[in-house]
Amino acid sequence: MGNVATSRKGERRLSLPSKDMMAAIAVTRFGLGARPGEIETAKADPQGFLTAQIRREGADLPQDDGETSADRFQQMREYQEQKKVERQRKDGQPPVAAAATPAAKEARRDLRDKVNDDFLARARLGANTPADFRERWALFWANHFTVSSTKQITSVLIGPFEREAIRPYVFGGFENLLVASSTHPAMLTYLDQAQSIGPNSRAVGRRGGKGLNENLAREILELHTVGVDAGYRQADVTEFARALTGFSVGRDTEDRVGQFVFRENAHEPGARTILGRHYGQGDIKQGLAVLKDLAADPHTARHVCGKIARHFVSDAPPKSLTERLERRWMDSGGDLAAVAKALVESPEAWDPTPAKFKTPYEYTLSTWRLIGAEPSAYERLAPILTGLGQKPFSAPSPKGWAEDAQTWASPDGLVKRMQWAQGFAAAVADRTDPNALALSALGPRLTPPVAKAVSRAETRREAFALLVMSPEFQRR
Amino acid sequence: MTAQMMNRRSLLGLGASLGISVSFLGSQAFAASEGDLAKKKLVVVICRGGMDGLSVSPPVGDRDYAGLRGSIALQPEHVLKLDETFGLHPELKTVHALATSGQARIAPAIASPDRARSHFEAQDVLETGASGVYGAETGWLNRTLEALAPVRKVEGLSVGTTAPLILRGKIQAASWSPGKGVDETARLPTLLQDLYRNDPMLGPAFARGLETETMAQQAMTAMAATPAMNVAAASTPSMAPPASTSATMANDRQYRQGSEAARKLGSTLGGFMIQAGGPQIAAISLDGFDTHAGQLGQIATRLSYMDAVLDGLHTGLGAEWKNTVVIAVTEFGRTARVNGTGGTDHGTASTGLILGGALKPGGIVGDWPGLAQSALFENRDTAPTLDMRGLFKGVLADHIGVDRAALESKVFPDSAAAKPVTGLV
Repeated sequence: MGNVATSRKGERRLSLPSKDMMAAIAVTRFGLGARPGEIETAKADPQGFLTAQIRREGADLPQDDGETSADRFQQMREYQEQKKVERQRKDGQPPVAAAATPAAKEARRDLRDKVNDDFLARARLGANTPADFRERWALFWANHFTVSSTKQITSVLIGPFEREAIRPYVFGGFENLLVASSTHPAMLTYLDQAQSIGPNSRAVGRRGGKGLNENLAREILELHTVGVDAGYRQADVTEFARALTGFSVGRDTEDRVGQFVFRENAHEPGARTILGRHYGQGDIKQGLAVLKDLAADPHTARHVCGKIARHFVSDAPPKSLTERLERRWMDSGGDLAAVAKALVESPEAWDPTPAKFKTPYEYTLSTWRLIGAEPSAYERLAPILTGLGQKPFSAPSPKGWAEDAQTWASPDGLVKRMQWAQGFAAAVADRTDPNALALSALGPRLTPPVAKAVSRAETRREAFALLVMSPEFQRR
Repeated sequence: MTAQMMNRRSLLGLGASLGISVSFLGSQAFAASEGDLAKKKLVVVICRGGMDGLSVSPPVGDRDYAGLRGSIALQPEHVLKLDETFGLHPELKTVHALATSGQARIAPAIASPDRARSHFEAQDVLETGASGVYGAETGWLNRTLEALAPVRKVEGLSVGTTAPLILRGKIQAASWSPGKGVDETARLPTLLQDLYRNDPMLGPAFARGLETETMAQQAMTAMAATPAMNVAAASTPSMAPPASTSATMANDRQYRQGSEAARKLGSTLGGFMIQAGGPQIAAISLDGFDTHAGQLGQIATRLSYMDAVLDGLHTGLGAEWKNTVVIAVTEFGRTARVNGTGGTDHGTASTGLILGGALKPGGIVGDWPGLAQSALFENRDTAPTLDMRGLFKGVLADHIGVDRAALESKVFPDSAAAKPVTGLV
């Protein structure tokens, strides 16, 4: 809960805490939790430790199988084709009752394994990386442009989506990130854009009963750019949906199978007016022009910078912080490296009182980092995340995962964290020195009550579980 | 809601009910001992994503229905018939059976006061009970607990790991989802309670979580002892709530598991509520209703899960079903017309379900505006005729016994225009 943050006046001159404290904050608040020795490393120059992680070429790529979305798209189509053939063979049976043959079953298992491997590769990167601020920054944007496993075709594309459309762009201009996300097959299938067809386009005649779908247009406005209070209306949503018609994914029969295509013949002809701006008749350029204007809109700066501050600093961040980020966003034309730097340089972000409660993903990764290890298998990771309400690649809506303490510090969530901490401790604690771990995890953030509880525990396991369940470890 | 949206019949109905309901309520409140009220139960099911009312209770008798819906229209002979106008979706078998015995009713054109068609805004308004977005920071079920606190202690529970906004607020409500159970022999829970003693957030939440877990063990033990209702131990992985059995790689087996998990979830919740000191008020969320494309199959799965939850709840509550009201609502309905991709986009009014043994039999709740083009809201959506806050207020007053003045001032401020729906129980 934002107790300190909200009580502070924006104008007050803020002083930074000691270097030692800043090192602990750098690693726990901006990063994903301390690996052994990480706080020590950050001590010399805590802010420099973070700014050094900002780089033009983007975030790191997880060590996965490297398949592109086009590869995955084709594999999924082959599997679906196989299923269809089987279904026809079992003529007369309702589709749900037609059990898959071994071949189709195997194909399905393969695809599911690939999705799980994508997730595991990302988690391993998070557990191992020394540049954990960079990784957090990438995770923030992956959640901002949420793509979730609601459809089979989308689920196999989430890993490639983060790799192709998010990670390379997170320290570049926001417009490029927005365009990459809005034209990626994962997003186009997740929010039904791929099938949307202009009601007066040439494609309509051929494909009877097909037409507009406004899902992506609405969520770009509401979630990705200007935000719900920017004053747009239903007519703006519909107009934007018309402008986006033609943004689609190449079919099996086309050259660019599984890649972004612009379907000229599905594009709604005519000029559009969106948020009071006029867009002349045009093909793909029309939609891209709207995206460009949305990216540059001051409402977007306000909406997204507010989210950045709430993600990294506090559920109720000080106004002075959000305004500072917003200013840097506008001055730099949405340069995300500049905004990241502004965040690190903001004194409001270094308040020694931790205001954020770790999400289940952040929490579990930080326990692996604590012992300098990584999850060895998907099955080590998925059940706890699902149990805590954050099932892998399955955000509940296009809004993405919640990031506030109210959501995650629930009675049931805390009990489940404790049960997991007990199990994790049973597996790893016997090889550790809990007192040393407490210091290496929290540095000067370790409070006397926690240090005392850890040192007085009856067993290493109990000590370990107390440490990872302590308020200090669960907050950042 | 403007006066324009309320047609003549609803105004007359309100006028007539006002005088009667006041005196009726007065006498009922007077007659009812606290003991009676303490048995009353309320379950709110939040269907997230914008549930399509025209699929929940297809108005197959409305002459404009088939034309608007095109490829996703349900055939009259396939729906479960309610009356000359409405049927229920074929997957809502439990709801239909209950409706046949007067224990389920539909509100076919219900909406929150929000008109923005944004999931997130509309869910906020549904859960805060405010008249507009950002109107309140706490949930109306939590404020209900608060309003009841001076009279009697009422427990609230949400099903699922994360606490939904509707139950957030000053009173620490419980949350629960199936899991491993707590090792009673470990010292850890006690040590952690010590460690959290001065933590205003973790302290109360953790204590509440432990209490609920203990209750869950009791509920589960009690149910396992009943052969007819053999609910498996909580450690069964398939007890994950249906919300998380998303459509990824869904197949027949997963679908059956999903229904089974949903049924167990419902019966476990029922088991909770019949425990001594168990929650009287509970909230449960079901997601996956955002059917922009390929709606027919998707919504059938989601509605079958909802039906299974309700079936489980009915079974789990046993004899206490007669003291229960269940309300299922969504943040908004969907467009009346099918869109270009075999789905529907964000709309306005939807169908609410009201069920329970405490319910009085009757027809539809609120008015049916019809689907004629001139009747559609913004020539697009089912027009709202009933503010859902009116339904909530009516049930809270008449069923749970919440003080009228507290309802208007605390639980649903700025809701004077949404008159309580009376005569439901």
